[in-house]
Amino acid sequence: MNMSLVTMCYLVASVCFIQALKGLSNPRSARLGNAFGMAGMAIAVLTTVSVVAALREAPERGLALVAAGVVVGGAIGALLAKKVEMTKMPELVAAMHSLIGLAAVFIAVAAVTEPAAFGITVTGDYVIPSGNRIELFIGTLVGAITFSGSVIAFGKLSGKYRLRLFQGTPVTFRGQHFVNLGLAVVMVGCGIAFVVTQSWVPFIVMTAIALLLGILIIIPIGGADMPVVVSMLNSYSGWAAAGIGFSLSNPMLIIAGSLVGSSGAILSYIMCRAMNRSFFSVILGGFGAQSAAASAGSGVARPVKSGSAADAAFLMSNAESVIIVPGYGLAVARAQHALKELAEKLHDKGIKVRYAIHPVAGRMPGHMNVLLAEAEVPYDQVSEMDEINGEFGQADVALIFGANDVVNPAAKNDPASPIAGMPILDAYRAKTVIVNKRSMAAGYAGLENELFYMDKTMMVFGDAKKVIEDMAKAVE
Amino acid sequence: MHSIDPTLINVIIFVLAVYVGYHVVWNVTPALHTPLMAVTNAISAIVIVGAMLAAGLTHNPVGQAFGVLGVALASVNVFGGFLVTQRMLDMFRKKGGAK
Repeated sequence: MNMSLVTMCYLVASVCFIQALKGLSNPRSARLGNAFGMAGMAIAVLTTVSVVAALREAPERGLALVAAGVVVGGAIGALLAKKVEMTKMPELVAAMHSLIGLAAVFIAVAAVTEPAAFGITVTGDYVIPSGNRIELFIGTLVGAITFSGSVIAFGKLSGKYRLRLFQGTPVTFRGQHFVNLGLAVVMVGCGIAFVVTQSWVPFIVMTAIALLLGILIIIPIGGADMPVVVSMLNSYSGWAAAGIGFSLSNPMLIIAGSLVGSSGAILSYIMCRAMNRSFFSVILGGFGAQSAAASAGSGVARPVKSGSAADAAFLMSNAESVIIVPGYGLAVARAQHALKELAEKLHDKGIKVRYAIHPVAGRMPGHMNVLLAEAEVPYDQVSEMDEINGEFGQADVALIFGANDVVNPAAKNDPASPIAGMPILDAYRAKTVIVNKRSMAAGYAGLENELFYMDKTMMVFGDAKKVIEDMAKAVE
Repeated sequence: MHSIDPTLINVIIFVLAVYVGYHVVWNVTPALHTPLMAVTNAISAIVIVGAMLAAGLTHNPVGQAFGVLGVALASVNVFGGFLVTQRMLDMFRKKGGAK
């Protein structure tokens, strides 16, 4: 068996993975990038098949086991990919993170039972060098935390399970941080015991505590912070893969894992910045409690100017440019298609129509872009916050659907506001603002929104889909 | 000249890969952050390589069982991740493009 050739193949696969991420810099190159990713994975798997075939006498049984695993898992994965609704992408992603975490734990267990099979030791030798033990210990604990944390995140995102731990409202108890800290200390202690003795008891106890910690870290985080959590677990799943790569001394696993780990870390950072939250305060889970207090404070009903869908349609028909701000409420009402029809009608009348997307418009990074793309909205009409914010001042109409905090001018004007400093879409600078909401209820952060009370603002109450369809009819 | 500890070489690879990842991911357009997450799910399923070694090369039943389970779990991500990414990317069309 020529191990240099194997290593070269793994290098090619690693470069393919980098290409897959690089392709995503533009929608035009993205599909080619994805093809590179698939090719890299195929090269990696086929190379490993040849390794198994070469190193094992009578490899048929082992390869049959591998094939069985690929067929069963692959069929489930393909089915999920085909069936999943785009609104449910965050759940699917969270579920997939958990699988990586669990797979990493399983591999570590197998490696401890027979290190020689992975080339960690020579055949017949079961004593793992202490360096590899440390790497196994880290890989296992990151994998276990990723698994149980992602399961909780999945439950919170799907919102259809009645178990208390899966509710969007945070679970907190007294001394939570001390319990977590105590468990972490015991876990690391067991890890050290494993590194010293290489015995099963500390290994199993450590894994069990890591699983428990994964749950405890995620339950105090509220539903509104889930975009950060999903990104963070994305990062963890990558570090788990890199950890396994260190244990098995496989550069390809280290490279692929590190790419994923840094990607998730960057997305977490972007999400935190967009929500004006520090990473540590999300992880330590204070946001839910804070917002409950704020919403209790808001009081008296104030007058707003409201109008019908036909009034709104009249305003838009006379506009030269319209910027649409879609929020997650739009997706909840399944109104993306209706919105695209409305936008097309306005476009046909010679009105310039664009969409403005806040980074946290959906439930995960880039979610709203996918939801609009699914409704066949051309991506060149869709702009990110930084690109379009300067243009609200020249827009005749800002049309807001199911968004609240992300257009709240208090973030800029009121230093005392809990969302002060949060980047917002400058919809308030448009000549006219039309806001569709179901009622005057407050947003995630539980705050009053001055935008709704401005003289140039018209509220159109009702279900987003119904309102948009009525607008489209009236535009004709 | 003494030989270098293999762990050190792994650390070098790790640091450089994080560096590459950092720069490549900052170049990803925010519109494609959801596909990015889906494709990274598929890429982190590279742990399938470790699971295959466990399933194919261990001689004890525990190692084999965990190996096969690991292969199955990682395969869900390999197929699910790449295919769902493909599905999403197919939705991103330019104005007037084929439906």
